[in-house]
Amino acid sequence: MIHLTRRIEFSASHYYHNPALSHDENQRLFGKCNNPHGHGHNYTLEVTVAGEIDPRTGMVLDLKELKKLLETEVMDRMDHRFLNKEVLDFQTLIPTAENLAMVIWNLLAPKVSQGRLQRVRLYETSDLYVDYYGE
Amino acid sequence: MMVHLTRRYHFSAAHQLHNAALSGEENARIYGKCNNPFGHGHNYVLDVTVAGPVDPSTGMVMDLGFLDAVVNQEVIERFDEVHLNLDTEAFRQVIPTTENLCIEIYRALNQKLSHPGGASQASLKRVRLEETSSNFFEYAG
Repeated sequence: MIHLTRRIEFSASHYYHNPALSHDENQRLFGKCNNPHGHGHNYTLEVTVAGEIDPRTGMVLDLKELKKLLETEVMDRMDHRFLNKEVLDFQTLIPTAENLAMVIWNLLAPKVSQGRLQRVRLYETSDLYVDYYGE
Repeated sequence: MMVHLTRRYHFSAAHQLHNAALSGEENARIYGKCNNPFGHGHNYVLDVTVAGPVDPSTGMVMDLGFLDAVVNQEVIERFDEVHLNLDTEAFRQVIPTTENLCIEIYRALNQKLSHPGGASQASLKRVRLEETSSNFFEYAG
């Protein structure tokens, strides 16, 4: 079994707000991140696929295919976007790194055609990242 | 639906590696340059990983302000800009290798993070401590 990881970077803005809570409660919970104008990050996404090596190609999966999948599912949807307003999932979910990692997992997992998605690691800054294993 | 969240912290400290039960030669053999009695320092990089379900009302595994406050109190205030052997209780008897420092940090954080008063269902998963960019240690309890 080999684990293969591909990294991409995208930039997006977001803000944290729970409409079920009061203004004061949102301020207390989310602080500066509650600014409705949003703020941005350069996200780094590491996608790990685990699988056996195909003896015919020596590869776990076709990297071009993974690259294209990341382009279509992540870059096209999220790069240079305001996540709250432009990505459908975040009309109901708060776009924290935690939720973003889970949304990305759900977009990618059914479309990985060889091997299986093992981990999504999403860096919001160089000092903060989340891992999601689909469990 | 568990998410692992890792936050990175930085602190700098001095230490000397020395076992008082051993001879000078034995200490020099085991610890080499690190046995210098004047001590030497490192910029430590600490990665703290907590794991838990995402709270649907906040979208978060753990309030980062809470995590920062705990790490600040348990690690930064105790170990930043100090001489570990001379200035900390934890390393009066214990040799402040990065292995032992990693375990001490895990122990201190685990007491505060594993039952954070209902603020989160997340718990400490792992502590990873870099002594230099070439050396790091991990402890998961």
